[in-house]
Amino acid sequence: MSNAVLVLEDGRVFHGIPYGAEGETFGEMVFNTGMTGYQETLTDPSYHRQIVAMTAPHIGNTGVNDEDPESSKVWVAGYVVREPSRVVSNWRANRSLDDYLKEQGVVGIAITGTRALTRHLRERGAMRAGIFTAPSEPVEALVERVRRSPAMEGADLAAEVATREPYVVPAIGEKRFTVAAVDLGIKGMTPHRMAERGCEVHVLPATASFEDVMAVAPDGVFFSNGPGDPATADVTTLREVLGAGIPFFGICFGNQLFGRALGLPTYKLRYGHRGVNQPVQDVRTGKVEISAHNHGFAVQAPLGEPFDTPYGRAEVSHVNLNDQCVEGLRLLDGRAFSVQYHPEAAAGPHDAAYLFDEFCEVMSRAQA
Amino acid sequence: MPKREDIRSILVIGSGPIVIGQACEFDYSGTQACRVLRAEGFRVILVNSNPATIMTDPEFADATYVEPITPEFVEKIIAKERPDALLPTLGGQTALNTAVALHEAGVLERYDVELIGADFDAIQAGENRERFKEIVAKVAREQGLNAESARSVVCHTMDECVAAAGELGYPLVVRPSFTMGGVGSGFAYDEDDLRRIAGAGLDASPTTEVLLEESILGWKEYELEVMRDKADNVVIVCSIENIDPMGVHTGDSVTVAPALTLTDREYQNMRDVAIAVIREVGVDTGGCNIQFAVNPSSGRMIVIEMNPRVSRSSALASKATGFPIAKIAAKLAIGYTLDEIPNDITKETPASFEPTLDYIVVKVPRFAFEKFRGADQTLTTHMKSVGEAMAIGRSFPEALQKALRSLEKKGSSFSWAGHVAPKQELLDDCRTPHDGRLRTMQQAIRAGATAEELFDSTNIDPWFIDQLMLLDEEARALGEAPELTREALERAKHLGFSDAQIGEIRSMDETRVRDLRHALGLRPVYNTVDTCAAEFAAKTPYLYSTYDEESEVPHGDRPKVLILGSGPNRIGQGIEFDYACVHASFELSRAGFETVMVNCNPETVSTDYDTSDRLYFEPLTLEDVLEVVHAEQQTGPVVGVIVQLGGQTPLGLAQALKDAGVPVVGTSPESIHLAEERGAFGRVLAEAGLPAPKHGTALTVAEALAIADEIGYPVLVRPSYVLGGAGMAIVYDDETLTTYMAAQEGGHPVLVDKFLDEAIEIDVDALFDGEELYLGGVMEHIEEAGIHSGDSACALPPITLGGNDIKRIRAATEGIARGVGVRGLLNVQYAMAAGVLYVLEANPRASRTVPFVSKATAVPLAKAAARVMMGATVAELRAEGMLPATGDGGTLPLDASIAVKEAVLPFNRFRGVDIVLGPEMRSTGEVMGIDEFFGIAYAKSQAGAYGELPTKGRAFVSVANRDKRSMIFPVRALADLGFEILATEGTAEVLRRNGVHAKIVRKQSEGTGPDGEPTIVQRILDGEVDLIVNTPFGSPGQSGPRLDGYDIRTAAVLRGIPCITTVQGLAAAAAGIQAIVRGDVGVRSLQEHARALRG
Repeated sequence: MSNAVLVLEDGRVFHGIPYGAEGETFGEMVFNTGMTGYQETLTDPSYHRQIVAMTAPHIGNTGVNDEDPESSKVWVAGYVVREPSRVVSNWRANRSLDDYLKEQGVVGIAITGTRALTRHLRERGAMRAGIFTAPSEPVEALVERVRRSPAMEGADLAAEVATREPYVVPAIGEKRFTVAAVDLGIKGMTPHRMAERGCEVHVLPATASFEDVMAVAPDGVFFSNGPGDPATADVTTLREVLGAGIPFFGICFGNQLFGRALGLPTYKLRYGHRGVNQPVQDVRTGKVEISAHNHGFAVQAPLGEPFDTPYGRAEVSHVNLNDQCVEGLRLLDGRAFSVQYHPEAAAGPHDAAYLFDEFCEVMSRAQA
Repeated sequence: MPKREDIRSILVIGSGPIVIGQACEFDYSGTQACRVLRAEGFRVILVNSNPATIMTDPEFADATYVEPITPEFVEKIIAKERPDALLPTLGGQTALNTAVALHEAGVLERYDVELIGADFDAIQAGENRERFKEIVAKVAREQGLNAESARSVVCHTMDECVAAAGELGYPLVVRPSFTMGGVGSGFAYDEDDLRRIAGAGLDASPTTEVLLEESILGWKEYELEVMRDKADNVVIVCSIENIDPMGVHTGDSVTVAPALTLTDREYQNMRDVAIAVIREVGVDTGGCNIQFAVNPSSGRMIVIEMNPRVSRSSALASKATGFPIAKIAAKLAIGYTLDEIPNDITKETPASFEPTLDYIVVKVPRFAFEKFRGADQTLTTHMKSVGEAMAIGRSFPEALQKALRSLEKKGSSFSWAGHVAPKQELLDDCRTPHDGRLRTMQQAIRAGATAEELFDSTNIDPWFIDQLMLLDEEARALGEAPELTREALERAKHLGFSDAQIGEIRSMDETRVRDLRHALGLRPVYNTVDTCAAEFAAKTPYLYSTYDEESEVPHGDRPKVLILGSGPNRIGQGIEFDYACVHASFELSRAGFETVMVNCNPETVSTDYDTSDRLYFEPLTLEDVLEVVHAEQQTGPVVGVIVQLGGQTPLGLAQALKDAGVPVVGTSPESIHLAEERGAFGRVLAEAGLPAPKHGTALTVAEALAIADEIGYPVLVRPSYVLGGAGMAIVYDDETLTTYMAAQEGGHPVLVDKFLDEAIEIDVDALFDGEELYLGGVMEHIEEAGIHSGDSACALPPITLGGNDIKRIRAATEGIARGVGVRGLLNVQYAMAAGVLYVLEANPRASRTVPFVSKATAVPLAKAAARVMMGATVAELRAEGMLPATGDGGTLPLDASIAVKEAVLPFNRFRGVDIVLGPEMRSTGEVMGIDEFFGIAYAKSQAGAYGELPTKGRAFVSVANRDKRSMIFPVRALADLGFEILATEGTAEVLRRNGVHAKIVRKQSEGTGPDGEPTIVQRILDGEVDLIVNTPFGSPGQSGPRLDGYDIRTAAVLRGIPCITTVQGLAAAAAGIQAIVRGDVGVRSLQEHARALRG
């Protein structure tokens, strides 16, 4: 039974038991430190082409339900756990995680050494990996195949996960604003959080042009999270939005694109932030938010003092207290801002939900 | 926002004696707080009546008051020290209630003392159930959160209770306000229950208030540990899930961290509510604990309660996550914000984050029902456990099995050997929560029970039940495998099976399993508790074993000493042993060794990752300790393993460790055996020319009767090799002896000793280096011989022994130390009768009294002992100044203050258990009273233990014939002080004949008089009696519920009235009351005391 293997590109191998679908898969090996929310994690499009290892040992205890997915499918390229649950125990669950992964064709593996794997990635950085549930070749050959799989750096993936057709998420209650949300890998909770605040959200494909955006006559424009290397993405639309002075809010990949539109470089973090316990400080108020993260890239920007951009002065608005990584940017006039983390928080804490309120305020001021 | 500069001195209140519901977790939190505050440059003033705590070591505060924690005494301390602030959130409910009382009495305002850590309003809002309910409703209403409270009604009278029950329906829960550990709460299934439980609850509540609420029995139960700073940053440190569903007090539940059966949506909702509640309650510089119940079939969530202070759960959460809640709480109280405080473990990241775990923590309670015959053993909302063990593993089964074996109690681990009871019987047993219910469930699985059947019986979440099924499947596979292959062994180890369990399943010796495992190269690795699931590197070596891939034991360059701790608290082995271990660690680290602590008790200071150079949170079984030793040996030389300081637990491992080649230091295992084995010890005594009471060993009734006939009654009987006096009794006649012997398990020898009644019992702690004896202290028991030394009050220096007696004691102790071969500490118990000094027993290890002696004599005995074990001599320690240059604990100056130790007994927890003291130890903790005068010291000890002695009112006296003569003088003293004396007929006659006017009152057995005259029990229950003196009639230890005395004492416990059960205690109490009436009872810090003693 324990013939499945997880092979890293540097040759490290972990033996284990198949979990989910059988077969083989390749992707960038990353770890997620959240203790809850595996269903949201699996369906987060930002994990496209990544093999995700969970540091929490017991996964699948509460099964799978119909309300918690963040998109229509499981996006992770592969799944690594330690102790898969044998039963489902939750009043909302209607199937097991194992069955769900099988149904979605997601290859996984249960290994003992998830902590050793995490420490390895922490010390050596994120790298490519492959899971083989019934390997027919020697390990050396598997390592070779992993090395031949595509790398994350330079990958342009948003279009692969985003919607192809525009759709509308109606406002809950009275409609106050129209938002054009460019889908780079958007999670279901994001338009929901805006809809709760009276936004009618027009979700547009990743390739949406400035004209496509303006066609919905938006009060504000939103750029979502998503997978891939921000350095490869086209920021023309965003630049035009900023140039037109339309209120803008971005999350995660959207933050990186905002940074690029402002003329800032992005870079790949050694092993990224993936979890729901990251301390982020709001530079203006000094307050700390416990926040949900899922990013392997970050924006490089000067901390502590404003800087000039083509759209006016800007500043780093949020900083990660663990590693001083840039977690948010904003134009000093307040019209456009973005964060690197996930205020929609599914999975994760709701501390940053106020950012959606701020977006509404900006739109409200622009309307006036 | 940096530290506050407007306050300079802070008063910290501790939690007093160890009692059920309030144990050494508050020593852990208080010690952390004191360290932080001193390091930040504040003058720290501490009050705690418990001398066995680390926090009351003089070096942890600028002024340490071992005085009763009552508003009166704390006010005296405030008046003397004039602190700027009072930090009340780290000493449990005792500290919080005292602070509230001081606030309400205007003391804080009068002396301009600011409450820090939690303000009065927040305390009220969190603790007052009605206000708390409003807060929950408010956050639900205003923030749209899914939060509600159980439907409930607050009542102040019995009539209100009965009316409310009509609305809510039965069953319902009764909860008194402002009591700790759930005292007085319970489930009422009908009106009789309600009247009984609510009646006691109204009495127990300081505000005469109980809450009746709808039953949420069987729901899932969770706790969140929350911290908030003054900048309104809030973090959830830990989630804890109770495996036992609602209905069992969380202190008595098996709990797991993190919560394992919640989806993110449910967890985040709980988190949102917790944050909204802490904001609304207004805890803005500290931590709190919030409890929730979740309906397993609908997800409906109820907020049960909050504690606006550091709690038992927060100690557990700190150990479970590596996030030191008490330390951070202290920093928040003095003005820091969470982001300004570094995470100790990673050093680089801040404390404003939420720990994430890549392991599972399981906590299991330790009970002591065997000590309280007649007590109801059903687990309820009223906490009954006396301690707990925690274990960490990389999976739930591994952590659970480690936790169960950490209990060190026969029958606590899962077992697949021997007979299985019928399935239905086991399933029925599981319906009632009891000590070891998980094991009953495991046996039911063995007997064929299905997961559904177990869920029906217990309401325990199916996920946990499946984990038990998994263990059962594994055990079966292991048993059926044709041979013990590496794969089979690996699988079993992955699931936490011990070598002993595997041996039991495979019918082979534990050692053979271990040898095979080692031959296969299968050993645990040690992972770090790092707060962050390995996202960042950990700098603090806090380790646990697991069968996983990589070991993280850091290299050390100094010679290593392992100190084995004492495991879960139990009666007879508690905080005193942890104190000794912690002292050894501090001192050996200072002396240049690398100290490595091994322990599994989450409540203690020893398991604070700051205490030793390295901490292994591990069970104290031979297997687990040997693996730690091996792991340490891989990274450098281990020069010694200390087994003498942690009580019986490590001592029991000494020989096996030595046999395995482990360098056990201090008194050798052979010497330990010499002191424990009767015949060998007899020879030691004979050689030293010391008498012991006459004795013999009996296997049968006839043999016992013959011995008793020869040595004469009364005799003390006990099974050989017992701890804490388990199963001991004093027997006065043939009939009782026959019954006792018949009740013993066959084949085990029973020791029969001449019992020296009317002897003075003496306890000695001494240090011996092979050449020189240092007499640490001589304690004279206040009660006569026959009461377990752990349960009797004692005085140091001894109040009736002269210089010659001390000389004889010193010589005898030295003779024993030399004869046994002691290197380190020795405790000897003597009885002085008719001028003869008899040796009762000797224990070549740290005793329960070491901390008391250390504080009373201002000498750090445990530190000195650790040094002696590592090769230092008494002479060297005298030269260093650790021990006094000349003299010892037997040569204290005549004007030295007298310290009185009093035991604290848990009878209010175990209604129906007789409170008469006997040879079997039953106390959970102790207090110390110290003063120039014995009477005041004794009165302080009583105030610290049970509440202050009355200075006026009615005293009821009823004593056994043997005590009548000695009672006269102290009772007359009470009468002279103005007490009205009530007595039963026989006692009253003796008093009247001696000129003391005593009013006769009816015995319970006489019933109510013809004109409705109440019996004494009725008068006690009606609150008409202020002091009770009742010495047991008939054979001690054998008094049955039919005896009057039992009813009297039970009524005293119910009403919380001081009840003295020995005539010596009466004499001391009378002296104490006289002293209080004379007035001018002062307070004195240990630092002042030490200066007086040691200059």
